[in-house]
Amino acid sequence: MTFFIVSIIKSAVVAFVLLTALAYLQWAERKVLAHIQLRVGPRRVGPHGLLQPLADVIKLITKEDMMPSHVDKFFWFLAPFIAVLFALIPIAVIPFGTELNLPAMDLGPLHIPAIQTAMQLTDINIGVLFILGISGLGVYGVALAGWSSNNKYSLLGGLRSSAQMISYELPMALAIAAPLLVLNTLSFRGIVDGQSGFMLGFLPKWTIFQVFPFNLISFILFMIAAFAETNRVPFDLPEAENELVAGFHTEYGSMKFAAFFMAEYCNMVTVSCVATLLFLGGWHPPFPAEYGSNYVPSLVLVGAGILSFLHGANPARPFDRITLPVFGVVFFGLAVLIAIPAVALPLMPIIWFSAKACFILFVYIWVRGTLPRFRYDQLMSFAWTFMFPIAIVNLFLTGLWVALS
Amino acid sequence: MSDVKHPFDDHVATIPAAQETPAGPAAPRRMTLNMGPQHPSTHGVLRIVIELEGEIIVKAEPDIGFLHTGIEKQCEAINWAQVVTLTDRVDYLSNLANNLVYALTVEKLLQMEIPPKAQWMRVMLAELDRLNSHLVWLGTHALDIGAMSMFFYCFREREDILRLKEMFSGQRMMTSYIRPGGLALEPPRGWEKAVGKFIRAFPSKVDEYESLLDSNPIWKIRTQGVGFISIEDMLDLGVTGPMIRAAGIPLDVRKTEPYSSYEKFDFIVPTRTENDVYSRYRVRMEEMRQSARIVVQAMEGMPEGAITADAPHVVLPDREKMKTQMESLIYHFKIVTEGYRVPAGEAYQAVESPRGEIAYYAVSNGTSKPYRLYMRTPSFGNLIALPTLLEGTLIADSIASLGSMDFVLGDTDR
Repeated sequence: MTFFIVSIIKSAVVAFVLLTALAYLQWAERKVLAHIQLRVGPRRVGPHGLLQPLADVIKLITKEDMMPSHVDKFFWFLAPFIAVLFALIPIAVIPFGTELNLPAMDLGPLHIPAIQTAMQLTDINIGVLFILGISGLGVYGVALAGWSSNNKYSLLGGLRSSAQMISYELPMALAIAAPLLVLNTLSFRGIVDGQSGFMLGFLPKWTIFQVFPFNLISFILFMIAAFAETNRVPFDLPEAENELVAGFHTEYGSMKFAAFFMAEYCNMVTVSCVATLLFLGGWHPPFPAEYGSNYVPSLVLVGAGILSFLHGANPARPFDRITLPVFGVVFFGLAVLIAIPAVALPLMPIIWFSAKACFILFVYIWVRGTLPRFRYDQLMSFAWTFMFPIAIVNLFLTGLWVALS
Repeated sequence: MSDVKHPFDDHVATIPAAQETPAGPAAPRRMTLNMGPQHPSTHGVLRIVIELEGEIIVKAEPDIGFLHTGIEKQCEAINWAQVVTLTDRVDYLSNLANNLVYALTVEKLLQMEIPPKAQWMRVMLAELDRLNSHLVWLGTHALDIGAMSMFFYCFREREDILRLKEMFSGQRMMTSYIRPGGLALEPPRGWEKAVGKFIRAFPSKVDEYESLLDSNPIWKIRTQGVGFISIEDMLDLGVTGPMIRAAGIPLDVRKTEPYSSYEKFDFIVPTRTENDVYSRYRVRMEEMRQSARIVVQAMEGMPEGAITADAPHVVLPDREKMKTQMESLIYHFKIVTEGYRVPAGEAYQAVESPRGEIAYYAVSNGTSKPYRLYMRTPSFGNLIALPTLLEGTLIADSIASLGSMDFVLGDTDR
C-alpha cells in the first residue's frame, strides 16, 4: 500500500516538475537565444518575461483547433499523442538522485511509516535499453504526422525526419555501448554508482575521464547523435522552416502543435539527463566534498544575488529597480537555506544532477544560436560514413581496453 | 461521402512530363511543389513551381508579378522631379542606386554638369547603400541556410547605415536624396564624424562575420559547389553583378563605364572563379570591404563647393532666396507647379547597383513629363537564370541558390 501511495506521489511530483521545466526551458531558450542575437527576449508578461510560458500555454490551449479537410483523420489525431507519449515515458526510468530516507512521522491520527525510496519512478535493470527502445518509437509520431497531413511539405519533412532519426539511432547506440562496457551494467543507478569516487584524490571517476580518450569520443558522438535525434540545429531538417515551412507539423495548430513542441523539448531533457547519467557522473560532484563542493550552489546563488543587486542599482529598465532586488533577496535566501547541512545533504545530488543537465541544455541553445543547418544528403552521409565507422572503431578499442585491463 | 481522391493524383496527372518519361519499370513519379508566394525563403512574393523527383528539382519555373506596381507606367503621368520618389520604391533595399541612375539619366538629357562635391557625396552614399544591401543579403542568406544569429548581427550594422541615411535625408529607406541637379539637402552638420565612426569600425565587423561563417565546415559544405551556372548561360541571359563576377568576369559598370567620378577612386573589382554560392558570398564580402574603402576615400577627399548644379530652372531654389528674390520665386513656382522641361531626346545610363547593372532609358518629348522611362533592373535579369540554375539540384540547395542570387521582388516587377 505504501508503495502505491509513494509511487503516485512521486509520479505527480515528477510530472509536475518535468512539465514546468519544459515550459521554462522554452523561456530559457528564448532568453539565451535572444541575448546571443542582440535581443532581449520575452519581457512583457511578468518580470523578465517569467510568466511568458504560462501565457503561451493559455494561448495554445484556447486556440481554435483547426483540422484541414484533406488529412487522414485517425493517424492525424494519433500522431501528436504518439510523439508526446514516447517523449514522456523515458523520464520514468531516469534517476535524479540518491535514495531518499524519510523518518516515521505521527501527524495526529495519521501515522506515516519510515519511507526509504529512490529518487526515480522505477529502477529497472535495463534502463538504458528501455530508453533506446522508446526513443526509437518516437519516430512514429513524426512519420505519421508527415504522412497523414497529406501535404507535400509535411510529407518531405516526415520522410526526412524518419530517415534521420533511424540513421542516428545506430551511432547513438554504439556510442552508449562503449561506456557500458566499462561500467558493466544497464541500470542507470548502477551506472551512476560505478562513477562515484575520485582518481588521484581530485579527478572524478566520471565516464568521460575514464579509458581516456575513448569515452570522451563516445561522449562527443553521443551528443552529436543526440542533436540529430532531437531534431535540433544543425540537424533540424525535418522542420527546416526555410525550405519546408514547418516540416511535419505544418498542418497542426493549437494543442496538437504544442504536443509536438513539448515532445521536442522533452526529448531534449531526456537526452541531457541520459548524457549526465552515462558520461558526466550523474549526481556526483565534480570535486570531493572535503574541498567544499557542498557550498558551490550557495556561492553561485550568492553571486547571482550580488549581480541582481548591482543591476538593480543601475537599472536598464524602470521596473528592474524593483524586480532585480527581489530576485536578489530570493537568491540570498536560497543560498542560506542550501548552506544548512540538514537541507543540503539530501538536496545536493539533485542540484548537481540538474546543474549538469542544464549545462547540456544550454549547449543545445548555444549551438542553435551559432551553427547553420546541414543539407539532407550531407546529414545522412555524415551519419553513415563518418560517425558510424568512428563509433564502431571506438567501441572496438574500448572493448580491447576493457578486455586487457 | 463518396471516396475522396488523393490530392496528389490530380497534380501528377496534369504534368505532361510525367507521361513523357520512358515507361520503364522504374519511371519515377514526379511531384509538383508550389514554393511561394508566401514562402519564408523566396524573399518576397516570388512563386516558383518546382517539379520534383524525390528531392531533386527537374524543372523550376519562377512566376513573377505578385509585386507589380506599374512604376514604369506611373512615371509617365508625373513630372520629372516627382519620379525620384518612385525610383526609391523600385529596389527598396538600395534606393540610392536607383535615385542615382535616374538623376544621371535626366542630367544626361539636360546636359547638366554636377559640381564635384555632389558627385563625391553621391559616390559615398551609393557605397553606403551597397553596404546596406549586402548586409541584408548576408543576413537573410545565412538565415536561409540556418545560421540564425547572423541575421541579427547584420541588421545591427544595417541599422547604423539607416540612421546615417536618416541623418542625411530625414528618411530611413525612401530617401529621395539624390535628385536631378545634385542632392536634395545640404549634408547635415557632423556627418563626417558619424560616417567616419561607422566606416572605421565596419571592416572589423566584416571580419567577424567571416570568422563566424568561413570557419564553419557546415557553411562550407552547404555553399561550395552549389548553384553552378555556366558563364555562357549567364551571358546569354543577361546576368550581372556579383553573380557574374563570381564566375570570373570582372563586369562592373563602376570600372567599365565610370560615372559620377568613380574613375577617381581607388578600388578593385573582386572576382572569383568557382561560380558557386560560396564564391558569390566571397565576392560580396570583398565588395563590402572595397565599398568601405571607397567611402573612406570619398570622405577624406570630399571637395568643397555647392551640392547642386547651377541650374535654377531645374533645382529648387534656396528658401531664403525664394523669399527675397523675385527670380527665385518665379523658378520655384514654375518647378513646383508644372515641373521643369527636359529637352526632347533619349538617354541611357547604367549604374552598378548592389545587385548588378541597373540602367534607365528615358525618352523625352520636350515636355515636363517623361514620355517613357524604361528600367533595366538587375533583379529581373538575374531571376531569368533561375530555371537554369535550379535544374538538377536538391530542394535544400535551391534555397541556398535562391539566396545567392540576391533579388528584390520590387526590382523584378517594378
